[in-house]
Amino acid sequence: MSEANKISVKNLNFHYGNFHALKNISLGIPDNRVTAFIGPSGCGKSTLLRTFNRMYQLYPKQVATGEIILDGENVLDPKQDLNLLRAKVGMVFQKPTPFPMSIYDNIAFGIKLYENLKKTELNDRVEWALQKATLWNEVKDKLDQSGTSLSGGQQQRLCIARGIAVRPEVLLLDEPCSALDPISTARIEELIHELKSDYTIVIVTHNMQQAARVSDYTAYMYLGELIEFGVTDMMFTKPSRRETEDYITGKFG
Amino acid sequence: MSEPTLRNTQAVLDILFHNTTRLFAFIVFMLLFGIMVTLTVASIPALQTFGFHFFTSDAWNPVTVEFGALVPIIGTIATSVIAMLIGIPVSFGIALFITELCPPWLKRPLGVAIELLAGIPSIIYGMWGLFVFAPWFADHLEPWINDHLGNLPMIGSLFQGPPMGIGMLTAGFILAIMVIPFIASVMRDVFEIVPSMLKESAYGLGSTTWEVVWNIVLPYTKVGVVGGIMLGLGRALSETMAVTFVIGNAHELSTSLLMPGNTISSALANEFTEAVGDIYSSSLITLGMLLFVITFIVLALAKLLLIQLAAKEGKEA
Repeated sequence: MSEANKISVKNLNFHYGNFHALKNISLGIPDNRVTAFIGPSGCGKSTLLRTFNRMYQLYPKQVATGEIILDGENVLDPKQDLNLLRAKVGMVFQKPTPFPMSIYDNIAFGIKLYENLKKTELNDRVEWALQKATLWNEVKDKLDQSGTSLSGGQQQRLCIARGIAVRPEVLLLDEPCSALDPISTARIEELIHELKSDYTIVIVTHNMQQAARVSDYTAYMYLGELIEFGVTDMMFTKPSRRETEDYITGKFG
Repeated sequence: MSEPTLRNTQAVLDILFHNTTRLFAFIVFMLLFGIMVTLTVASIPALQTFGFHFFTSDAWNPVTVEFGALVPIIGTIATSVIAMLIGIPVSFGIALFITELCPPWLKRPLGVAIELLAGIPSIIYGMWGLFVFAPWFADHLEPWINDHLGNLPMIGSLFQGPPMGIGMLTAGFILAIMVIPFIASVMRDVFEIVPSMLKESAYGLGSTTWEVVWNIVLPYTKVGVVGGIMLGLGRALSETMAVTFVIGNAHELSTSLLMPGNTISSALANEFTEAVGDIYSSSLITLGMLLFVITFIVLALAKLLLIQLAAKEGKEA
């Protein structure tokens, strides 16, 4: 792989209490590409994702050791400013999580945390984010309505818009389509395609077809270990490891 | 052959069950109606004698048979406001600490302690207030309040007066302590049901704990939080025993919170046994009805507040 890595994971280990959830993971996430993590439930793919913005730290007894280098800095360094890290690394979750406020405020919320924009600039930014998330045309006339009044697919695009509104560099998607219908899923996948020119995207998915459709690189994980990592097309046509082939062809998992 | 009869019996039982539960539910209406009728009828003599003047007069003289509700109304509202001003922020802090910041091993002991605090009978709070809290107030807090808050413009006169220890301020403090467990435990319960994914989304944007709680958790749980506050306020408005112990029970109108006063319920508790004459007891019952009305208004305001909050959030349309 000759591409520049946005994130380099080195010898990452993760423990939930006594449970060893990630075992010596090392891989590089290429810049401005979509990288997918696949594997059966409980393999650690979401856990790995959640180390990139240190979301695990909200909970006691969850410990990560090793190195995750993002732009030359170790994310796991205790001195790392968590709020700045999370502004740089956005995240979207399994289920849409609109905040209990208007559509406009849902987007503006994150922006206001970091930037003191004039009203017009803020309006422009909100519009820009909603445009990017291909939601603008559907909501431009009802920005003052509650975010929870939207459909599930719209809510998830709202969450993506909210994530990119703060202009992160990395976008973490944790099974973003698992609660959505096929049409909404297709729209999110299109959106991922459009966003990858500007962002480094990491997506966790339990849907292998989705990984094949949207990602440039794929990592296959099993029982806390990284089994194989490579270009998606290669992974799905000529996986080098037997385990990967078994999983992808559906013999297992 | 026996099946149709069985089915019939079951149908009858079902109807019986249906009507019984409905009867139980309608008892609520009947009780409410009955109490309202009783209060209204019994308050007629006092209202006929004093008219609307009853609500604006600070007179309270059993000898000359002159009564007015102003002092107890002000006392009730003042003590409850003090209780809420202290109780709401402290309860919010307690609930916030337990749900968001507390190490796991401390969660349960804290929760149990709050529930125990809620279970202490009010007469114990009253005794404690009178024997421990009030003297301490008189010796330490009230002189300080006199010195530091007594000279403030506008509100200074609220904090002037002799440091006696008993009075509306002390009653407000005791009420605050009594409502904190109620408000805090409701707030804790509703904060706990906020989906962790929603909180993670806000943390994921780089919010601090405070920003998450203030902007996400609180709006998400506003119905429950307002409900908890109303529960506490209801208790503060109607608390009798503890307030009677420490408020001083004086029918004197005073601008100072340090002076003794009276609340509706403490006046009722103190004077019902000695109320001789129709007008006297009718006046007390009118006070009781007033408390009812105040509680009703408070509940209505809470409902309005929630509607307004929902509109601000964009639920309408």
